[in-house]
Amino acid sequence: MRPLSYVRAMAVEDAVERVSGDPAGAFLAGGTTEIDLVRFGLAEPDLLVDINDLPLSGIEDLPGGGLRIGALARMSDVARDGAVARRYPAVSQALLLGASQQLRNMASMGGNLCQRTRCPYFGDGISPCNKRTPGTGCSALEGINRNHAILGTSPHCIATHPSDVAVALTAFDAVVHTMGRDGDRRIPIDDFFLLPGDTPHIEHALGHGELITAIEIPAAPVAARSLYLKYRDRQSYEFALVSVCAALRVADGTIGEVRLALGGVGTKPWRARRAEERLRGAAPTTESFAEAADAELAAASVRRHNAFKAEFARRAIVRALNQVMGSTNGGRA
Amino acid sequence: MSSTSQVTRPPATVSGPGALPVTLMVNGSAKVADLEPRVSLLDALRDHLDLTGTKKGCDAGTCGACTVWVDGRRVLACLTLAISCEGREVTTIEGLAGPGGELHPMQRAFIEHDAFQCGYCTPGQIMSAVALLEEGNAEDDAAIAEYMSGNLCRCAAYPNIREAIRDVRDRSRGDGHAAS
Repeated sequence: MRPLSYVRAMAVEDAVERVSGDPAGAFLAGGTTEIDLVRFGLAEPDLLVDINDLPLSGIEDLPGGGLRIGALARMSDVARDGAVARRYPAVSQALLLGASQQLRNMASMGGNLCQRTRCPYFGDGISPCNKRTPGTGCSALEGINRNHAILGTSPHCIATHPSDVAVALTAFDAVVHTMGRDGDRRIPIDDFFLLPGDTPHIEHALGHGELITAIEIPAAPVAARSLYLKYRDRQSYEFALVSVCAALRVADGTIGEVRLALGGVGTKPWRARRAEERLRGAAPTTESFAEAADAELAAASVRRHNAFKAEFARRAIVRALNQVMGSTNGGRA
Repeated sequence: MSSTSQVTRPPATVSGPGALPVTLMVNGSAKVADLEPRVSLLDALRDHLDLTGTKKGCDAGTCGACTVWVDGRRVLACLTLAISCEGREVTTIEGLAGPGGELHPMQRAFIEHDAFQCGYCTPGQIMSAVALLEEGNAEDDAAIAEYMSGNLCRCAAYPNIREAIRDVRDRSRGDGHAAS
């Protein structure tokens, strides 16, 4: 690992100032991505500002029923938090279906959002990769692309965003709170994550030295019956091939409110807005679920090895919605 | 530089990139080693503190062989900087046995149930397994498998590892330390 300096920040402002003032400075939270990236030469900070002692790990009620999750709350603690599990079960499930308990004990919520793709061409440090070295090309386009994205892709990058919990947070319109040199910002999570376009190396809206301080999830009664369904190559401790966060509310035989987001298929945590649009006002049947899934996946752009993901995602969406229905009306679909 | 005149609390000092004395509390005793900030907790334990019970498998956070506890929680020593553990309590496999050298019940159970072949992943498996019971994540085999998934065993001793964990779980329930 390359040499670097280290300092433990004692105040949020201090941490922001130190990283802002050093073009090669970086925050260090759980380290589960950062240390890995530094060791493999994929990140080259000369100063790590350890933020683990900052008072940003609380989980608090928001007026009206939402939650404010501190950026340094650990994945394992958020997953087991009673209010999270009751109000947003899909958030809790997504956390528990990600990584391993050791990693969940380390990884912070803010860091989870900032983790980098597991595209092997990005990670090998050698292959042409527009995300790692802009302008060099995308090796995945014609390479081994079974795990790559089919939604939100560009001719410059088809890497997936690896986070599970970000998918659930996207379904529930979470807001990312940050502090930078120029003050505080509130960034809706769907604006926080950026499509690759022709700048795949820019993955989120944070400026250099801007620190995530909290993630707020607004009140969403529909989320109390949500679920996170994840499919992967092995049963545990693996990234998603396809995952679905689903929540819906049925009134008078039609879908009143629905939230649907996908993981493993998008270049960013994917809010399935086209599907949601189709579902609102529709009858909660397998047929309308399938039609909505088709509407979402009509935009899919598949490559040589990942064409299966479109059908996989379609079926996963239908199953997730049926399962949510099952849990809301005692099994009668 | 711009903010030095406004510091109202003791300013945190920047360490490195050269080596400096780092004090680590490991298994209850303070140990000092000259470490560069880039040194992982895993390398500090193995190469500087002569505690080679913690194993280096992948050095990339995927195998779990380096599982130790920091402040009582199981974490991966390969993805932890040693210097970030100053002021925290580190527990390794060497810290599990009693003062007279008597093995921890989980260590005994691993031997009794033949829960390893080559043994390389074993210290990490055991540190994870003890933490698993503390967390209350061992109610059935599915939970044990799920919450132990961060510890790979390429000899595939998994059934025996689960047996050992079940055994300690059930015996400790008898002692009133229910894993719940």
